[in-house]
Amino acid sequence: MTSTPPPSLDVTGLAFAYPDGHQALFGVDLTVGRGERVALLGPNGAGKTTLVLHLNGILGGGVGTVRVAGLPVDKRNVAEIRRKVGIVFQDPDDQLFMPTVREDVAFGPAAAGLRGAELDERVRTALDRVGMAGFADRPPHHLSFGQRRRVAVATVLAMEPEILVLDEPSSNLDPASRRELADILRSLDVTVLMVTHDLPYALELCPRSVVLSEGVIAADGPTRDLLCDEELMRAHRLELPFGFDPRTVPAI
Amino acid sequence: MGAGHAHRLYRSGNSPVHRLPPHCKLAAVFAFVVVVVSTPREAVWAFGGYAVLLAGVAATARIPAGFVLRRLLIEIPFVAFAVLMPFVAEGERTEVLGLSLSVSGLWGAWNVLAKGTLGVAASVLLAGTTELRELLLGLQRLRLPAQLVQIASFMIRYGDVITDEMRRMSIARRSRGFEARGVRHWGVLAKTAGALFIRSYERGERVHLAMVSRGYTGTMPVIDDVTASRAQWAHAAALPAAALAVCLIGRTL
Repeated sequence: MTSTPPPSLDVTGLAFAYPDGHQALFGVDLTVGRGERVALLGPNGAGKTTLVLHLNGILGGGVGTVRVAGLPVDKRNVAEIRRKVGIVFQDPDDQLFMPTVREDVAFGPAAAGLRGAELDERVRTALDRVGMAGFADRPPHHLSFGQRRRVAVATVLAMEPEILVLDEPSSNLDPASRRELADILRSLDVTVLMVTHDLPYALELCPRSVVLSEGVIAADGPTRDLLCDEELMRAHRLELPFGFDPRTVPAI
Repeated sequence: MGAGHAHRLYRSGNSPVHRLPPHCKLAAVFAFVVVVVSTPREAVWAFGGYAVLLAGVAATARIPAGFVLRRLLIEIPFVAFAVLMPFVAEGERTEVLGLSLSVSGLWGAWNVLAKGTLGVAASVLLAGTTELRELLLGLQRLRLPAQLVQIASFMIRYGDVITDEMRRMSIARRSRGFEARGVRHWGVLAKTAGALFIRSYERGERVHLAMVSRGYTGTMPVIDDVTASRAQWAHAAALPAAALAVCLIGRTL
């Protein structure tokens, strides 16, 4: 076999306990191929956030390895890793900390050393991809929640990441913003790992899902199959919204 | 405040003063204030000269007098202090409208009033022609410690967010039948303030996490670098230079 690109994300045997002794992860194995969109499902307290913070080296020091596009996550290449792994946090007010949208989107690439026309170009492209090019000079707190979430995605896209990690992307969005965000995510050609409780959203966007429960990957398969497995769903406190039947949803 | 796009001290426009780079304007205002403060208080006419200079700047910036005068009201607490001085100061006394006033106190009051008003007016003109964000860029350019600039910029970004949080907490309190009336309720208000502090602190941690995730290593990357040409510096210097001339004439006369 000639050089196939390494998977975007490769987690093997990852275990982690917080300093207070609480063990959050008990040996997680997860591989996400380049260009895949994968949903990470799991009840509250399953260790989803802990796993996400391992992906860009904010947490570490436990057992196991994380590789991003073949590059191991460790102290030496943390800057490179943070450029490759774009995390979109749940509250856009935490993510957007600069006085204007343009400066916020520019923050990541500028921290990586980009300047001048190249930086402007990067910012414009990223805002274009989320349909927010007309809002560059607005302060983030004057945007609607849905717009802020889209800008938050742009701040990460501007870093041209290998993998986009979204923490609860659909939370607090009204149905229209939710659909707009889905359209945007579907149009991107990057690897996506989406952490969510929103099972219909996972079905809509991600062909594959993994269930993280009690610190281990409890299931991994096509999203529709997992959602149709009532026993599995019940065992991991995952519930479909009232009246939603994954069997009757047409494939996209 | 949701719809406003700029701070209420700012008056958008496209005058030559608006277009000057922020750090030039900051330096000019600072130099102007230094000159004003170092003018001897006896040179009464010199202060009139400074006022005329400021009026000239306001006219160039197309800022109406009413706008400046309304914003001068912030000075009132200091004016009250100045008005007290002739009554309480020691020394030689004089009769004005049947009141016995101290001469040195009168000079002191005039000194505070004239210099204070000119300083505030200059700052109002600066704030009226320069956006907050630009001011920060200017301060950064003038080599103010980066930490201070970062703190100021986070204050601007999160001021509204925290005010909003405070408003929601107040609504939640009142929805449960609480109205702050008198000392007995201060405990509740203090707990709210504490809760607000903790929430803001935790937000700070989350923001830091988001910054670190995008490659923050302790210094803000330079995104917009403001630069000024010689001509722009010369334009900005017109105000303090003219003021200096007035001051020197005032000293020699």
